[in-house]
This record gives sequence, structure tokens and C-alpha cells, in this order.
Amino acid sequence: MRLLTFKGGIHPPEKKELAKEEKLHYLDPPETVYVFLSNHAGAPAKCVVKENDQVKTGQVIGEPGGFISAYVHSPITGFVKKIDKLYHPIQGRPMEAVVIQKTSHDEWQYLEHSDWEDLTKEKLLEIIKKAGIVGLGGAMFPTHVKLSPPPEKKIDTFIVNAAECEPYLSVDHRLMLERSQDLILGIKIVMKILQVQRAYIGIESNKIDAYEQLKSVLNSDDIELKLLRTKYPQGAEKQLIYAINGRKVPVGGLPMDVGTVVQNVQTVIAIKEAVVDRKPLIQRGITISGEGVNKPINVVARIGTTVEELLKYAQGMKEDADRVILGGPMTGIAINRLDIPVMKGTSGITVLLKEKEYIQKACIRCTKCVSACPVGLQPYLLYLLANKRKYDDAVDEGLLSCIECGSCAYVCPSKIEHVRAIKLAKKVYQALRGGKK
Amino acid sequence: MKLTVKDAPHIRSEDSVRSIMIDVLIALVPAVAGAALFFGWYALFLCLFGAFVAEMIEWFIVKFLRKQKDFVPDFSAAVTGVLLAMNLPPTAPWWLLLIGILIAIGVAKQAFGGIGQNIFNPALVGRVFLLISFPTLMTRWINPILSFSKSPWDVLTSATPLGVLKQQGLTQALSNFSYANLFFGNIGGCVGETSVLLLIIGFVYLFYKRRVNPIIPLTYIGTVFLLSALFYFINADKFGTPLFHILSGGLFLGALFMATDMVTSPMTLKGQAVFGLGCGLVTMIIRYFAGYPEGVSLAILLMNALTPLIDRAFKPKIFGEVKP
Repeated sequence: MRLLTFKGGIHPPEKKELAKEEKLHYLDPPETVYVFLSNHAGAPAKCVVKENDQVKTGQVIGEPGGFISAYVHSPITGFVKKIDKLYHPIQGRPMEAVVIQKTSHDEWQYLEHSDWEDLTKEKLLEIIKKAGIVGLGGAMFPTHVKLSPPPEKKIDTFIVNAAECEPYLSVDHRLMLERSQDLILGIKIVMKILQVQRAYIGIESNKIDAYEQLKSVLNSDDIELKLLRTKYPQGAEKQLIYAINGRKVPVGGLPMDVGTVVQNVQTVIAIKEAVVDRKPLIQRGITISGEGVNKPINVVARIGTTVEELLKYAQGMKEDADRVILGGPMTGIAINRLDIPVMKGTSGITVLLKEKEYIQKACIRCTKCVSACPVGLQPYLLYLLANKRKYDDAVDEGLLSCIECGSCAYVCPSKIEHVRAIKLAKKVYQALRGGKK
Repeated sequence: MKLTVKDAPHIRSEDSVRSIMIDVLIALVPAVAGAALFFGWYALFLCLFGAFVAEMIEWFIVKFLRKQKDFVPDFSAAVTGVLLAMNLPPTAPWWLLLIGILIAIGVAKQAFGGIGQNIFNPALVGRVFLLISFPTLMTRWINPILSFSKSPWDVLTSATPLGVLKQQGLTQALSNFSYANLFFGNIGGCVGETSVLLLIIGFVYLFYKRRVNPIIPLTYIGTVFLLSALFYFINADKFGTPLFHILSGGLFLGALFMATDMVTSPMTLKGQAVFGLGCGLVTMIIRYFAGYPEGVSLAILLMNALTPLIDRAFKPKIFGEVKP
């Protein structure tokens, strides 16, 4: 079979073998959880509990603070110990979080609605919103917003992002193997919401067993499996769409501009859990891997469990562990303390050993970054312009199209930090423009 | 436990400037060995001396004139040194090479800001400087001596293929130099330029290691071939055959190892194709109509100057870009 793909990209060591054979462990609720009210992209949720309130598993503790925002639920049964400001790894500053102390085993507060087959599209969207579901691939964009495009955008295709192109991570792979039925059911629900006739599951060729598994349970002609070439960043939204149906999302546009909606494997399974099992989003699958942990493992953990707690399940870190990353090594965020809780978008914890010291050298114009860029940018030039603070020129060269995948910095023989410079340039440019695009 | 915090991506490829330059040096080994075979021990000495002196001069400038504390040799200067040595006649005195390297490393490279910052290929700047300043020494050619122990200055001087073509016409040139000798390198010429075969072997290694894209050599040599085919039909005896042109005058050395210098060539495939095309065009204009019988060095230098403009004109297409 011809493998589908996009132009550019890189082949970093996959390192999937560390954790891909490890079955999902459904962890017991931890003693304490730390749940950020900003557990999604957009406005933080408004807290609706007070200190010492009793909460059940699945009870709402935060309500949406704006149009782009999401519900937040208690991941365990217990009481609110305090509402405190904790360091938020994505925002990079202290943000409000609800600290909940466990008192008993799970007493669930389920969502209330009738069987999904009888429900309208609007009602299903309402359930997804009430369940606090956000993009679990990492972006944490509220799913109910993504699933309700404006009526003038005609959607005809739904794509499940099962590429999982980040090295080390294998939790989506495990979910496809162990919960293939849930995934298929979730896809059917989303297809009903979007009212589309066609869905694709895009899987990288290194997960052939997941492909076979899904093929064996697939009982519908409307859902088609697509095998993708194993290449980073195959799971980047626009690159995935192009690989599967050849449509190019215009610069500055969204997938809905080409009639397509993309959701990650875990998000689709979370939708199934909310709609069919009536469970709000309070836990997620996480790969704990890397050369720096003693036993790589895949777990399903409660939102708000600390990294420290989770690392215990991987039998701790090795002596010479040097870097702990939320997410995968290409786009993840390095943290310097382990009391940080995982969020709805944390797909993995990657612990790396001390690497060789790299000294950044001058660009030798080797063209590797240009051929690696999946967006067709010239990273060396953006780096140059960003460092010279020529932000307008950088925007003319496509600065805002950069998806920050890190391919350029990965291949660079001079070890230039393109991505850091580009991220900073974007922030400065937007600040200078007063937040307007 | 102390954890390191750095920006993504947290993993990096194994490549480094040094590993690239070492591969280039390895790729030059066959041609240098050929030089020792054809022109004796002194040719080999020139290449090694060139590499060593270039690194020393670079170390001195970076350490004491530019006062950088952390000088780690990346062997880019060694590449320049070897290439310059390969571009000298086998009879060139060692001090000529020294002067050339001083110009190449000191003026063409470090004065512009060191590696990555130079506009012109340093080795070619060194060669052209010597060609203009020491025209007699730079054109004292000899036929291959095929003896390692013999010294080049004991041998009678002779002319290069393109020199013979320019002065005596194609018939004489072809009777002096067979195509086979042109291909294998058994002809007079610069230290490292004579054997097309050995240069190609080195280049295939670079290509196999994915250090280089063959687009510049292909368009460069292709343009030379097509243009000389055109002129062949106009006046064969005056202008020579296409095969004669691509096999002589250091075209392969220039196209495979000098025009492909990363720093001084364009960044995109389209730009590189234009660059190769321009190199071919200028080379042939010089060969046919200018005073020098050979034009590779000057052609590449001229196109080096145009590289920033080419980069500006030929950009990659941004994914999803809609042309207004």
C-alpha cells in the first residue's frame, strides 16, 4: 500500500519500543489532586466550590469563563482543601488551582441524559461541553467549539488523528489496541454531530498492529483507515489533512476552511465516555517513558495527579536523569520541579538522560532546515530576522505560519534554537500589535 | 535532583558542523591520492600542508585577533586549505600556498565574520588572488610524472588541455589528450583537478552520506555540456567538443566541491538550479571569449555574489499559501 504523507519532515529516533508493549494501567485515585481552573485553551474556568466543600468524582468545580473555555470537574471524591495559586507549566506563571483531598473511594456524579441515539446534534454538543472535553492531543482547545463550526462552513470530512508522531509516546497506540470499540463508537457520535458521511483514521505505519486491530472491529463503510508514512510531524493537523485528502488549509485558516474537522484518538474516546457512559473528563492516558525512568509504562491517571506521584508507577527516575518533559521530546515543556500536576492536555511524561553538551555555532547555510520544514518556511531566515528584531519582515516570510514542530532545530548541525527565537518573535509581534492578528 | 530546563525540541540529530566537514575531507581523499599518484610526493605534501596551515591560521585569528575564548576546530578551514592546494599547479612553491591560505582564511573568511558569514568561497578567493598576483607561478603546468619519489620541478613544463584548445585548436588538443586520459586524470593540470573519476567517487560518498544535494553539479555540468554542444556545431575546431569541455579545466572539481559549498550557494532547490545554470553560463563565456582559457573559479565567484539575490527571488512555497 502507498503510504500517505506530506512534504518535508524528519525522522528522529522513534523510541516507541520503550513503552508500546506496556498495557494501560488504570491507576487508583491519588490522595491529593491539584486541578487548574485553566485546564484548557481560552479563558480560565470560574470556580464554583469553596474551601472544605465536599465533592464527588465528576462533580463540576469550574464553569466556563467565556465562549472559548470549558467545564472542570473533580477527579476524585473528597473535600476542597484549598484554592491556591500554583505554577502553571504552559502559562509559565502561578495560576489558580483547586486542591482536593481524597476521603473515600469514587462516588460518581454522572452526567444526566438519555440514550445517545435519541439525542439531537445540539444536545450531544451540550453533553460534550458539560463533560469538559478539550483537545487531548495537547492543544486543549474546547472540543464543543471545534465541533460546532459556523453554518457557512460546510463540513464533509472527519479525521481521527492517530498518527502519534512524537517520539517515546505510545498511549494512543495502546488505546487503539485496547479500546478500539470505544474509538469506533466515538467516531460515530462525532459523525452524527458533524453530519458527515465520511471519516478517516490516520495511523502511522509504525503502529501496524493498531491498524489491524481497528480493521478487525470496523463494521462500517463510512469509516476508512489510512496508513501514513512514519515521519515527524505527521500528526500536525494541517499536514495530516493534506496527507489524507490532499486539501491544503490556507495560511491563517482552520481545518474547517477545507471542510474538515480533526480530533485526536483520546478526545474521541472521551466523547464516547461522556455520551455513552455519562462520565465527564476526569482522567486521561499518559505515557511515562524515556531513558531516565526505570520502567516505562502507560497509565490512565486522574487529571491533577502530580508528576512526582506518576513517576512512582514507572519505578522512579534514574540517578542520572536530567530532564523531565511534559509531553514528548519534540514539542514538550521541560519542568524543573515535580510537584506540577498533569493537565487535560498532558499526553506523556518523558524523562531524558543528560545529553552531550551542544555549543551553538553559526549557521553554515546547509539547507537542512529548509528541506525539513513541513510548512515550507525558511527557518534560518526567520531566526535571523527574529534576532535582528525585524518582526514585520519575519511575518512577511511566514512567521505566523510556523507550527513550532521543532524539525528545523532537530536537524540543524549548528544546533541553532530556531523554535525558541520564533516563539519569542511571535509573542513580541502580537504584543506590539496589541493582541490583534 | 537538579533538572535542566531548556526549550523544545529536547532531542537533536547527531550531525554537527564538524561531522559534515570531516565527511567533506573524506570525500576529497580519492582525489588527493590521485594527485600523489600523478604528480608525486610534493602534491600530497601540498594538500596536507594546506590543511594544517589553514587550521593554524584560523586558530590564530579566532584566538588572538577576534579574541574568542572557545575555539573548537570544526575542520572547515582544513577543507579550504586542501581545496586551495588542489587548485594550484603541481609546481607551486609552498610559500605560494601559504599566501593563498592567508588570503582565503584571513580575508575571505574571517574578515567577513568567520564560518557561515563569508560571501565568497574562501578557497576560490585565494586561488584567484594568486592567479592575478603570481601569473607565471600559477600557470607552470607539467605532465603527470607517475612516480611518487620524483619532484615536479625536475620535469619540463607543458600546457593544459584547455590551453592547447585555445591556442592550437581541437585537432591538436585531442591528439595530446585522449578522453580516457581526461577522465582518469592522466593529464596536466592543477594538483587535484585532473581525475574526473576520483572526484566523482568522492562526491558519491558525500551524496550517500546525505551531505550534499546534486542539483548544483547537475545543472552546472549540464549547462556546460549543452552550451558547448551548441558551439561545437558552429565551429568544432575552435570551440571544441562538449565532452572535452566537461572533462577538462577543473570543471568537476569546481562543480562537485566548490560550487556546492553550503555557505556560498543558495538555500532552495530552485535557487540552486539557477545558481548551477549561471555558473555554467559564465564558465563558458569566459572559456570562449575571455583571456583565460579556464573560467570555473571566476564563474563560481561571480555566482557567489549573486547568491543573496537568488535567495530572495526563489523562495519555497509556504504550505497553504494563497497567491493574491
